[in-house]
Amino acid sequence: MTFRTILSAAFAAVLAVAAQAEDMKMSVTTSFANSGLADVLLPEIKKDTGINVQLLIVGTGQALKLGAQGDVDAVLVHAKAAELAWLAEGNGTHRREIMYNDFILVGPSDDPAAAGSAAQATEALSAIAGAQAPFVSRGDNSGTHKMELRLWKAAGIEPQGDWYRAVGQGMGAALNTASGMNAYIMSDRASWLKFANKGDLKLVYEGDPILFNQYAYMPVNPEKHSHAKIEQANALEAWLVSDRARELIDGYTLNGEKLFTFNAKAE
Amino acid sequence: MNDILQGLARAAKLVVTLNADLVEITLLSLQVSLGAAVIGSAIGLPLGAWLAINRFPARRTVIALLNALMGLPPVVVGLIVYVLFSRSGPLGVLGLLFTPTAMVIAQVIIITPIIASVAHQAIRELWADYHDLLISLEARRHQRIATLLWDGRRALMTASLAGFGRGIGEVGAIMIVGGNIDHATRVLTTAIALETGKGEFDMALALGFVLIGLAIAVNLALHILSRTERGSRW
Repeated sequence: MTFRTILSAAFAAVLAVAAQAEDMKMSVTTSFANSGLADVLLPEIKKDTGINVQLLIVGTGQALKLGAQGDVDAVLVHAKAAELAWLAEGNGTHRREIMYNDFILVGPSDDPAAAGSAAQATEALSAIAGAQAPFVSRGDNSGTHKMELRLWKAAGIEPQGDWYRAVGQGMGAALNTASGMNAYIMSDRASWLKFANKGDLKLVYEGDPILFNQYAYMPVNPEKHSHAKIEQANALEAWLVSDRARELIDGYTLNGEKLFTFNAKAE
Repeated sequence: MNDILQGLARAAKLVVTLNADLVEITLLSLQVSLGAAVIGSAIGLPLGAWLAINRFPARRTVIALLNALMGLPPVVVGLIVYVLFSRSGPLGVLGLLFTPTAMVIAQVIIITPIIASVAHQAIRELWADYHDLLISLEARRHQRIATLLWDGRRALMTASLAGFGRGIGEVGAIMIVGGNIDHATRVLTTAIALETGKGEFDMALALGFVLIGLAIAVNLALHILSRTERGSRW
């Protein structure tokens, strides 16, 4: 009797899984979700359009992969070169720029490499490399990682050695590592402001336009994946470029700082 | 140390106030891992018994393989299940990826070898005692298996609970096949990973304590329901 009760309860639990009509899945980068902006936008999207957006929070590399496989209906990422390559492979219908935030350099509060006094972002990286100060890299093929590699290249440095630690993890885990090692790290501003385990780290460098981080929205190509919910994806895009979205994105602040700047163009 | 105390305090607060998100992810954790434990037991227990009473040439190899599979890395299982159930994969048409069903499937693969191995060990010892009796009664093979499973039910419950324990604490596979979607596939372990990533250690620890409490509660509940470990009984 008791065993049967447990059995049937467990089976009922497993079977009680039904999909809803107005759901759509979107893969997004960790920075978008960790910033807290998603918590503000999603309820409003549901209210205005009736669409329940389910987020898969992963790195840009995995986000694009999920879209290419047809496992999500749209992607919202920040790595232009990878996005264009993804579109060129026929994975999506088009690319729509939505907003940007920026990257910053975080490091030990005493800034041993004096990266904070650099005039450009590449100079700041050169200072860190020159001082062989510990630097944590995402190393996970994410948008942030790609930006970091682009900067090293622009600085003419091939980062390697004991001081350069590629952790191969998400922004939060990488920040935890940097906090533990008291190392330099590149982060998006939102993740850093929201990060609760700062330890002895502080923001050491910001403001170079090269550090701007453009987010783009791309619906998955329904010709490649016929099940992709293109109607919902288009409705979501219309909302993301609307004045309502502008108001919410531009108005979102954390500790008094504005995190994202809306820059979608009307068609 | 301070984090741990804060985590405990926060866990207590979440539980006492019956935080809606906590209840949701806790129930889903239970659904997924209990479901996997039930299905894994339905496969693993008879398999363990069958292996104990049958003699066939590759038996030793099969048992060694089963024991080795106890160490299956969840993240690899997750990846394989993901590739199978991806829209571009062979089972993609089912649309099961990023659903609790996919999470159950992944966990069944992970825990069935554990349940079968533990069950095999327990049944083997029981079979040594029952062998002559069951043979002399001319019990058929399925009758032997049924008798052994029933008389060994307490040891077998341990097998099932070991499987449940592995499932409820597992994060690598369900993160990949479930996707940690808020209000859809987020469970305790994936929520803990998320909070750790945000640097919210006290929240992550609070969820961890809830998870440990849940595992203890499920084990206690099963022991009470099945009336084992009572004072007057050995």
